[in-house]
Amino acid sequence: MTTTHPQKTPLDLAAIRNRLSENRGPQYWRSLEELANTDEFQELLHKEFPRHAPWLDTLSRRNFLQFMGASLALAGLSACTRQPDETIVPYSKPPENVIPGHPQYFATAVLLNGVATGVLVESHTGRPTKIEGNPLHPGSLGSTDAFTQAAVLDLYDPDRSQVVTNARRISSWDVFTAAVQSPLDSQKAQGGAGLCILTETVTSPTLASQLQALLKEYPQARWHQYEPAGRDAVRAGARLAFGEDVDPVYHVDKANVILSLDADLLFSLPGNVRYARDFAAKRRVEDHNVNTMNRLYVAESSPNLTGGMADHRVSLRASEVEAFARAVAAELGVANVQSGQWADAEKYKKWIAALVSDLQQQKGASLVVAGDYQPPVVHALAYAMNDALGNVGKTVTYTGPLQSEAAESMASLRELAADMEAGKVEVLIILGGNPVYSAPADVRFAELLDKVTLRVHCSLHADETAERCHWHIPEAHSLEAWSDARAYDGTVSIVQPLIAPLYGGKSFHEVVAALLGQPGASGYEIVRNYWKTQKTEGDFEHFWRHALHDGVVADSALPAKSVSLKTIDWSSSSHANGAGTSEIIFRPDPTVWDGRFSNNGWLQELPKPLTKLTWDNAAIISPAMAQRLQLSDNQVVTLSYAERTVEAPILVRPGYPDGTVTVHLGYGRTYAGRVGGGIGFNANALRTSDAPWVGTGVEITKTTKTYQLVATQEHYLMEGRNLVRAGTIGEYHHEPNFVKEMGEDPAPDMTLYPPVPYDGRKWGMTIDLSSCIGCNACTIACQAENNIPVIGKKQVGIGREMHWIRVDRYYTGDENNPDTVHQPVPCMQCENAPCEPVCPVGATVHSSEGLNDMVYNRCVGTRYCSNNCPYKVRRFNFFLYQDWDTPSIKMQRNPNVSVRSRGVMEKCTYCVQRINAARITAEKEDRQVRDGEVVTACQAACPAEAITFGDLNDPNSRIAKAKASPLNYGLLTDLNTRPRTTYLARLKNPNPEIENG
Amino acid sequence: MAQIFPQKTNILSKVSIVVGGLLAAGGLALVMGLARSPYVNMVGVSREQPVPFSHKHHVNGLGIDCRYCHTSVEDTAFGGIPAVKTCMTCHSQIWTEAPILEPIRASYRTDKAIEWLRVHDLPDFVYFNHSIHVRKGVGCETCHGRVDQMPLMMKVNSLDMEWCIQCHKQPEKFIRPREAVFQMGWKPEGDQLALGEKLIGDHHIDKAKMLNCSICHR
Repeated sequence: MTTTHPQKTPLDLAAIRNRLSENRGPQYWRSLEELANTDEFQELLHKEFPRHAPWLDTLSRRNFLQFMGASLALAGLSACTRQPDETIVPYSKPPENVIPGHPQYFATAVLLNGVATGVLVESHTGRPTKIEGNPLHPGSLGSTDAFTQAAVLDLYDPDRSQVVTNARRISSWDVFTAAVQSPLDSQKAQGGAGLCILTETVTSPTLASQLQALLKEYPQARWHQYEPAGRDAVRAGARLAFGEDVDPVYHVDKANVILSLDADLLFSLPGNVRYARDFAAKRRVEDHNVNTMNRLYVAESSPNLTGGMADHRVSLRASEVEAFARAVAAELGVANVQSGQWADAEKYKKWIAALVSDLQQQKGASLVVAGDYQPPVVHALAYAMNDALGNVGKTVTYTGPLQSEAAESMASLRELAADMEAGKVEVLIILGGNPVYSAPADVRFAELLDKVTLRVHCSLHADETAERCHWHIPEAHSLEAWSDARAYDGTVSIVQPLIAPLYGGKSFHEVVAALLGQPGASGYEIVRNYWKTQKTEGDFEHFWRHALHDGVVADSALPAKSVSLKTIDWSSSSHANGAGTSEIIFRPDPTVWDGRFSNNGWLQELPKPLTKLTWDNAAIISPAMAQRLQLSDNQVVTLSYAERTVEAPILVRPGYPDGTVTVHLGYGRTYAGRVGGGIGFNANALRTSDAPWVGTGVEITKTTKTYQLVATQEHYLMEGRNLVRAGTIGEYHHEPNFVKEMGEDPAPDMTLYPPVPYDGRKWGMTIDLSSCIGCNACTIACQAENNIPVIGKKQVGIGREMHWIRVDRYYTGDENNPDTVHQPVPCMQCENAPCEPVCPVGATVHSSEGLNDMVYNRCVGTRYCSNNCPYKVRRFNFFLYQDWDTPSIKMQRNPNVSVRSRGVMEKCTYCVQRINAARITAEKEDRQVRDGEVVTACQAACPAEAITFGDLNDPNSRIAKAKASPLNYGLLTDLNTRPRTTYLARLKNPNPEIENG
Repeated sequence: MAQIFPQKTNILSKVSIVVGGLLAAGGLALVMGLARSPYVNMVGVSREQPVPFSHKHHVNGLGIDCRYCHTSVEDTAFGGIPAVKTCMTCHSQIWTEAPILEPIRASYRTDKAIEWLRVHDLPDFVYFNHSIHVRKGVGCETCHGRVDQMPLMMKVNSLDMEWCIQCHKQPEKFIRPREAVFQMGWKPEGDQLALGEKLIGDHHIDKAKMLNCSICHR
């Protein structure tokens, strides 16, 4: 963990406050360093690629001439090479419907924490390459999140486990099925008393029925479900409030006022994609005279993306959220609730009063959501508040549990651990998950596992758990296997394979079937036969084909349940009074989650929302806390909590509540693979099963070590201009042109050159900052579509990240509780593109439709274009970043986009391959390209529908309408670049009562 | 002190300037010539294939339409190389014992695909689309030559960008009516330029767009 990297200059909080107090009007900043204006920041600002490897400084004139001569000679020679011979391999007997050159799309589902997001997967002659949302699926409606986008890389991960192993020696499925027979027989004799199954969250009706059948055969066997980022509190809260196991489903589209109690509604709740879409739809303003915007109040601990969208945000310690919820509930008149006590109770009195009156004015159209990681009582309070506000049945409905067999994740794991300790577990079958890594430290799972006589593990990777099991079976990826799963509202999707298992993996269905004595059963037959038993009426074949085609089983959403609130004794608080001590907050990582995506390079390199950290986790603290403890970024500290310690590097970020340390799960993996192994620290080593998400009494001790963290928030800065423009709905109402007044646009004739008439198609894009939630789905979608390489932490550290669309994050206001604005920045496709005249070889030139074309095969890598680009959106292949060798990675690539080599500049092309495909289709049908026919990858993925793309010359197109909005503005238009990509200014809908103090 | 260089050095230096210049120009000409020679672009070179398939026999002799085998040429970017099953539609009935066709039968029996050598091979950064060219009236013959006269397949055009761009600049010189696209040896009745100008309108060809880099390079 130690390196010799220089420590950053400690932040001068006084300087930061000074700069903030000097500001008049809203001023946007990207990092604390920018505010403090440190020397490092100045250095960064003035470099195109900061912290660049030094140039060959000892290069003498003679050496220079030698190098030049050699380069010229080599360049000349390479032009004479003959193209190597290639073969064409047509099918011997062609399969039906496969036409090489025509991609096919199949509806299926991708799962996270057992919850399905419906997708359409693009397949090129049998290779799935790209995932899009399924418009017919209620959890997607055509959009996806970053995790779903990245699933295709997981499929082709070269480090997936590839073979059945027994005691780490290569074995086979047949040997395994034969070998488990005798232990199973002896289990059967004792009714399965020593048999345990451990799964992650299961929503699959088929798998559940199979496991039920198994439990019938082995009546005393036990089925445990452990989810590292489980949602125990949601269900426990429901039991507390209603005495029933129910899951809430929110109808965000019907909510005008939303209160989030530390909930990440838009990013990490099941249904996040749908919720984000519904939420964003109510943030867009069509007419400045009518306020249709919703209003979001957030009380949160560790800042998340939902907090970033808040109109009003309170930063609380995690343990104070309950007291805050009590205060609101008491004001709302929830029976028997007393206002809680917390440090800032007085400070927020007026705030809460305004919130409560706002909620009460919107009875039946308001919504209170509690966070997954808050204790059950907060959930119960949220349910009670929704009840008091008459929201039940309107903005929130309750359904039976999504999970097939309701189980509390942590309790289930502890029960299993206790059984293992007592020696009651003889055979343990682990289906998915990596409990050896992800179990909280106090469970001592790894240690107890050794007491089990026969341990079988089936998962995608030969991970930490596989290492400690007798048998490991490679799992078939969800794009390789038949299955089914439920969406956030219970809608079932049939999961169908796009490709035969690459490594002969088995699905859980097949493993369980083997345990049931049918080792040869195919996943297809198992899933199909289950549904045959469910659909006895009507034509089954018709039903089955429809379900597969649509990607959803019609009318399978769980029916709304009517529940009634119990009389609850609210007096006991779930938090010990931890005032005065520091609090530790555990959260799943926003990119690698609980560690399941550790070996996914796209997600590792993706700058995490808000912190912009890549390739690592950190102990994140607030600036005030950093000042008090004399800590700064990259310093390694020892975190001591519940008698365990872990060393972690510090990251200082605004908006975190004082006195709390946030750590993310998913790092510190030992057997993750070539991408995810050995990076970061394992937060599970501190976590306890009784308080998995927040604990008090963490001690932070400084060490002398430092560790280089790499965050991208300071890369590619655009200094001191009105790049982000924002206002309130009130301002917009009074002065619709307030956005235009923030900057000046040069007149179109302010040029010496003759005007270029774009009289054919004229492509353009707008990005609505009011809708953008900063979730990064666009970045990963772009990476998947455009064959963008992963470059590694070191290269990101010197500012060479390759993402064609980056999400810039700006803060404004107080560093303890700033407002956040996200701004995705792709290539602006300037009409007067500064990159073009400086290219000596004409590798970047304008097309007749106004695209700034990038011709890779012409590029010689001078980087003049990137130097001259004011938006810093050009990306250069400093090394051979693309993996040209690994066969499985090659299969993922989009065949319609060139794979760039070393020394080539690249950038966003507006997905020109999609434009061309649509153009060719239209021209073959002798018609114009229709509005909405070209959808860029980022636009398709965006859950918030923030991105609009189309032909500016079509007056009826959505893009022409968006550009006509008074909120439309361009970046750095004073340079007369005339960007085709523009932004719709961010609007907020603050409560005037709070706004005016 | 005597002069270091004798007088005749003047001549030597003058000659060497000329010779040097000629060598450089010659070298350049050689490189450019080489790049355009059949050695590099394989124009006019018949390639050895697993089965010596004769287009001359099948097209000219039997009168089989291009699209009988190259099925996707009107639909997708890839013209389509026929599956062995297509060969077997006839060859399960005729020439069933011919030793020359054994690789075809073997492939059909074992389901192991035949690896043909690619004759018309564009670089991977070029995204050529057959279907749109066919639709706009570019004849098969325009690029592939008189396939009906080739016992073994070979390239007749270099397929380098210099060659492509001639037509992208002046399509009127090359395009034909849609019904003549698959015809071999088609000749315009009257003036090609006048016909071409008319067809540009009829086929909705937007010449301005055809020189965009992104039309071929992505």
